[in-house]
Amino acid sequence: MSGPATLPAPEARQSWLIDGVVTAVIAIGAWQALHAYAGEAAIASPLKALRHLSGLVATAGFWSHATATLTAFAGALAISAALGIGLGLVLGLRRFAGEVAEPILSGLYAIPKVTLYPVILLIFGLGLGAKVAFGVIHGVIPITLFTLTAVKGINPVLIRTARAMRLSQADTIRTVLAPAVLPEIVTGLRVGFSLTLLGVLVGEMFASQRGLGFLIVNGISLHNVKQTTAVILMLVVVAVAANGVLLWLDRRFIHRP
Amino acid sequence: MAVVAFADPGGGMPATARETHAALRGVTRVYGRLAALGPLDLDLAKGEFFSVVGPSGCGKSTLLDVLSGLGRPNAGTVTFEGAPVDGVPDGVGIVFQEDASFPWLSVRDNVAFGLRRAGMDGAEIARRVDYALGFMGLSDFAGAYPAQLSGGMRQRVCIARTLVTQPRLILLDEPFGALDQQTRLLMGDELLRLWRETGATVLLITHALDEAAMLSDRIGVMSSRPGRFIEIVETGWPRERDSRIVADERFGQITARLWSHLREESLKAIGKSSSRKTSVP
Repeated sequence: MSGPATLPAPEARQSWLIDGVVTAVIAIGAWQALHAYAGEAAIASPLKALRHLSGLVATAGFWSHATATLTAFAGALAISAALGIGLGLVLGLRRFAGEVAEPILSGLYAIPKVTLYPVILLIFGLGLGAKVAFGVIHGVIPITLFTLTAVKGINPVLIRTARAMRLSQADTIRTVLAPAVLPEIVTGLRVGFSLTLLGVLVGEMFASQRGLGFLIVNGISLHNVKQTTAVILMLVVVAVAANGVLLWLDRRFIHRP
Repeated sequence: MAVVAFADPGGGMPATARETHAALRGVTRVYGRLAALGPLDLDLAKGEFFSVVGPSGCGKSTLLDVLSGLGRPNAGTVTFEGAPVDGVPDGVGIVFQEDASFPWLSVRDNVAFGLRRAGMDGAEIARRVDYALGFMGLSDFAGAYPAQLSGGMRQRVCIARTLVTQPRLILLDEPFGALDQQTRLLMGDELLRLWRETGATVLLITHALDEAAMLSDRIGVMSSRPGRFIEIVETGWPRERDSRIVADERFGQITARLWSHLREESLKAIGKSSSRKTSVP
């Protein structure tokens, strides 16, 4: 690529790094302070958690729990994305259906979904099905809403341009509509990613014998605070890293107007 | 409808003597119960630069819609190169008022978009795109994305994207409306250069009287809604011209002539009526 404006300014990179370091220092400082206030019985210190985590990741048992969470999460995210994008596209293109559905979806989005958990359990039973379902009900609504908004908000002049260029309907969807709505959908997926993970973990906490969510609650019932803190630490690092990667992909490949 | 011709020392051919390129006959457009346009007749001569001015909301954009085939008239006929218009015909290029560049494509890919969709050979695409980028002064920004460009440059991308398809009729809907005055004058020069080099027929919708007076062979002045032509002004400018003709005394006369009509129509459009008739210079 040529052109003077295609590389990010060096100061932009530096400020990213500084922001990251400052945030990490504040987070660790707050954690240490909380540990000092609440004591060893409630929360392990950052150093102890890290040490425990390094021992934990060496055990096979830990990885079988991590795999269980990952399986449920991957399934839930795939279903949320497929369902959310599909539903969002249809509702966005069909104006009337969209106008009816949007307030309903926004209402559902506001419901604390934990209240639905007993119902989910009765329907899907203990195990993978309930975890996936609980992840999906968290992730699917924001993805649907972001997609719907993207389709409804598409700049009409882009569609007029497609008509002025005599594009067929299929070509218009593939080469104009799809790339035009992609940035919003990527944002929706990023939000959906965090919420789906939240749903899966909460599901594991309440009614499961497997998964990282189970390990967190299990640590509390066994007074193994180090285990709970270590697993939380790992989840935070993974979630922040994943969000960072998604943000980087977004900035790298999507050119927002 | 009056036709006013200004003195013509440059030797431009009167448009009426030329071959008709596109025509509207008795065209009307109605939106619900609102009469937006017409009945209206227009003959665009092959190779002329025709501008349309009129009060806001008079149906200028509707006129472009109908002429381009993007919209259909409720009555009347539209023809391009002798054939009735149904959908945008091959050979017609449109530039819109809003920024219509595709934000997800680089400048080069934006300009090449239409040609690629038409399945043109890659080498020919590259040749045409390079020419259009050079013509519009965008060569250094071929790899940039629209978000990195100013409004004027994005509009140049849109013009280049239309230019590469080598349209024989170019329709522009207030393409410089969002730009500042200096940029507008310079873009006007580029438009004149494009018009001369391609030999295309140009129809420009504008709200800027000076722009119309400076660029056009003929200017159609539209009434307030439903829009009709109340006068066609022939400027008599030579084909070789640029923004420096604003210093010509005829430029002032033409602009004043346009305003004398538009003042009354604009007052009607905003719901007032002037009791004092303006005198025509």
